[in-house]
Amino acid sequence: MSRRRAAALSTLSTVVVLGALAAIFLAAPGSKQVRHTFFSPHAMWQSLIGNPKQGYYSVGEALWLNIRMFLAAEVLILILALVIAVIRQSTGPVLFPLRVLSTVYVDVFRGVPLILVVFALGFGVPALSLKVLSTQSAAVYGVAALVLSYSAYVSEVYRAGLNSVHQSQVAAARSLGLSQWQSLRHVILPQAIRTIIPPLLNDFISLQKDTALVGILGAIEANKAAELYSDTVFNYSSYTVAAILFLILTIPLARFTDHLIARDRERRLAGAVR
Amino acid sequence: MTGQLAGAGDGTAAPADPAEAVRIEGLRKSFGANLVLDGIDLSLAAHEVICLIGASGSGKSTLLRCVNLLEPIDAGRIWLSGHEITADDVNENLVRRHIGIVFQAFNLFPHMTVLRNVTLGPVKVLGSTRQAAEGEARELLRRFGLLDKESDFPDRLSGGQQQRVAIVRALAMHPQIMLLDEVTSALDPELVAEVLDVIRELAGSGMTMLIATHEMGFAKDIARRVCFLEGGQIVEDAPPAELFTDPKDERTRRFLRRIVDAGRL
Repeated sequence: MSRRRAAALSTLSTVVVLGALAAIFLAAPGSKQVRHTFFSPHAMWQSLIGNPKQGYYSVGEALWLNIRMFLAAEVLILILALVIAVIRQSTGPVLFPLRVLSTVYVDVFRGVPLILVVFALGFGVPALSLKVLSTQSAAVYGVAALVLSYSAYVSEVYRAGLNSVHQSQVAAARSLGLSQWQSLRHVILPQAIRTIIPPLLNDFISLQKDTALVGILGAIEANKAAELYSDTVFNYSSYTVAAILFLILTIPLARFTDHLIARDRERRLAGAVR
Repeated sequence: MTGQLAGAGDGTAAPADPAEAVRIEGLRKSFGANLVLDGIDLSLAAHEVICLIGASGSGKSTLLRCVNLLEPIDAGRIWLSGHEITADDVNENLVRRHIGIVFQAFNLFPHMTVLRNVTLGPVKVLGSTRQAAEGEARELLRRFGLLDKESDFPDRLSGGQQQRVAIVRALAMHPQIMLLDEVTSALDPELVAEVLDVIRELAGSGMTMLIATHEMGFAKDIARRVCFLEGGQIVEDAPPAELFTDPKDERTRRFLRRIVDAGRL
């Protein structure tokens, strides 16, 4: 099949599929109602810019909290997850208790739904009435919950990366007299990071969205702002705005991840034909 | 001397001969139920070159890895220039910097240029300045015809070039002894010679070497002594002229016959 014919065919099938979906949507008995409730341009604009006097906040401004929570959590996750992964990979008998502890940690936080961790920290820790710990903002508890939950996942990503570096590289590094830590730092980690960047970014795309869960603690992030709008005006278009904003946030990261995967694939193919 | 060592339980007793580069006594090693080294005794004088021959699985590689403390041993003792390196209080990182090892599969660091591969040890382990380490690395690369490759990554090099870089990387640490673990076995036949030439040059410069090899002609040529291993034991230990032409042990004869039949000698 010629390339032009293929392009024409794929364009045609796209138009047909999208057209069919649009037709179903528009012909549905409740279409008008749904369009008004979810896609009202007026309501979308109102919720985007906000009006605190009317009792709702700008969804656009609230997104800034999501971004800040995401960035803070991301850095902390990268560090905590690495520590856990290295402990779990360690071999020394002295570290045995830490190994057990980190295994239990990963099991627990991978198993418990994130929303429960958010609840537990956001409502549980303040109830303890501890001095500094119990007087933080909802966003802080939210970030802590995200860090605890995601570090368990990301530590496994790290571990897979560390395991992907062949043992012979460890042997070569140690044979030069490098210590275990130096081998990890200069030889193993730089090679592991290359393989883990795509899965890592994938987890971070999901982290960007999950910052919305912090809204249940009362923090005014994008999803919470959308909720406040719909509660006040009885129109769900604010959620559509929040969804679009999250897409604007996640799609570039998703495309960047694809780009890295493609580049890595090309590199490996280039290496294979040498 | 054996009596003296047998009585020395404190781990500080040195072998009598200070010119002895490596001394191995009663070395045993198994992987699970598989006994790989079954009581190895071997002594290597300074500037001496010994080749280890034997079928795959006879324990040659494991022996080299044990000398470099890359494999924990089950029993026996090893001395490096008179210092016991198998004692409990020995820092293995300090020992390894004095022992160069070159692997069958090169094991270069793929994320570093040739120059960085060679300078990593001197900078991080010996504490050389980057400038000094690079100067010396270039000197070594020039000596082995690799100077124009210093900025290349390993995957751009041929197997022979990679293995020569691996040898340079080990030499940059100023090792007291070099352990070569079948360094030509992973190479295309036409690339073997360039690596063997490098090893010949090293032997000529007086480097002490323990070489596991399948290249019988090379062993014959370069070694002062050849050890034939089978079943984790040194079956025969003799100068090459003797071992290859008049082997005393029936097992050595059988092995050499197979090699000759395969056209490898």
